[in-house]
Amino acid sequence: MGKTTTSASISTGLARRGHKTVVIDFDVGLRNLDLIMNCERRVVYDFVNVIQGEASLNQALIRDKRVDTLYILPASQTREKEALTKEGVEAVINELSETFDYIVCDSPAGIEHGAQMALYYADEAVVVTNPEVSSVRDSDRILGILQSKSRRAEMSQDPVKEHLLLTRYNPERVERGEMLSVSDVEEILAIPLLGVIPESQVVLNASNQGTPVILEEESDAGQAYDDAVARLLGEEREHRFMTAQKKGFFSRMFKG
Amino acid sequence: MSFLDYFKSKKTNTASIAKERLQIIVAHERGHREQPDYLPQLQQELLAVIRKYVQIDDDMVQVEVDRNDSCSILELNVTLPEH
Ligand SMILES: Nc1ncnc2c1ncn2[C@@H]1O[C@H](COP(=O)(O)OP(=O)(O)OP(=O)(O)O)[C@@H](O)[C@H]1O
Ligand SMILES: [Mg+2]
Repeated sequence: MGKTTTSASISTGLARRGHKTVVIDFDVGLRNLDLIMNCERRVVYDFVNVIQGEASLNQALIRDKRVDTLYILPASQTREKEALTKEGVEAVINELSETFDYIVCDSPAGIEHGAQMALYYADEAVVVTNPEVSSVRDSDRILGILQSKSRRAEMSQDPVKEHLLLTRYNPERVERGEMLSVSDVEEILAIPLLGVIPESQVVLNASNQGTPVILEEESDAGQAYDDAVARLLGEEREHRFMTAQKKGFFSRMFKG
Repeated sequence: MSFLDYFKSKKTNTASIAKERLQIIVAHERGHREQPDYLPQLQQELLAVIRKYVQIDDDMVQVEVDRNDSCSILELNVTLPEH
């Protein structure tokens, strides 16, 4: 959980730094990214229309109203998942890479066709994980696919660069021994840590309003995403929001 | 150890259980990932051959490939039922 939230924030973060960025929704049939980006009423054509030659990229791309170097390519609401073909996706990505600096692909859940299409042409992958058994296991499977079934793997090129983004993290619960810690997850998945996003009510409030949470600059989650984007671009930033807030004497007494 | 810590430590640490389970399952699945594609088919055919002589369950035949730098070893384990 948190892939679409992350795609919205990372693409917004990249674009805000002046990079021309497009974010593509690969969740055919279950599109959500348009809602998180607050452009659901501006969708005319979608990704599948472009693949099938029913619309041009320019007709389908939606320009973000907040950050003018950011574009959204929405997923189709109705079509079959198989409408995403390797050739079709490749053609769209090739065309986009002529004008965009970054192409962010929001993967659907699971390890099936849609997810495989979203990762196939990747140069870098942000593996979004929750500190929870089933999520970590799924992430390990996705890493297996990146390492064997991505284009880079099939062509024996340098591997896809992997990043771990741990989200919905609750340091208090970690301290109580109720939740896997950052280091537990790092140890199991054994890939470099891009960032830790705390579990936060702000994320839900932002998505209710159609604001990528990275634009909530005062919030922990927004700042954590901003750090992650900076690290993605090669900046060194210390990890934050990984330890529980120190409680005052009274709150400690009352919480027990 | 403080009074409060005493009660805290009485609770089971479910995170460490989660970590242990994950380490086992992930190691298991990674091992399988590196196996050649023909293994399931090979296992089925071996089963069919053995069943001409002895009745055994599907999981009684285990086939695995162990790779190291210089060679690969096909490891075959057949468990026969007790009499
Ligand atoms: N850090 C967070 N704190 C609290 N809630 C979060 C956080 N990140 C995501 N959520 C919530 O989790 C839910 C799922 O998030 P999101 O849609 O980003 O997941 P997803 O991985 O894209 O899901 P799907 O697999 O269905 O596409 C949303 O309600 C979102 O608000
Ligand atoms: Mg999603």
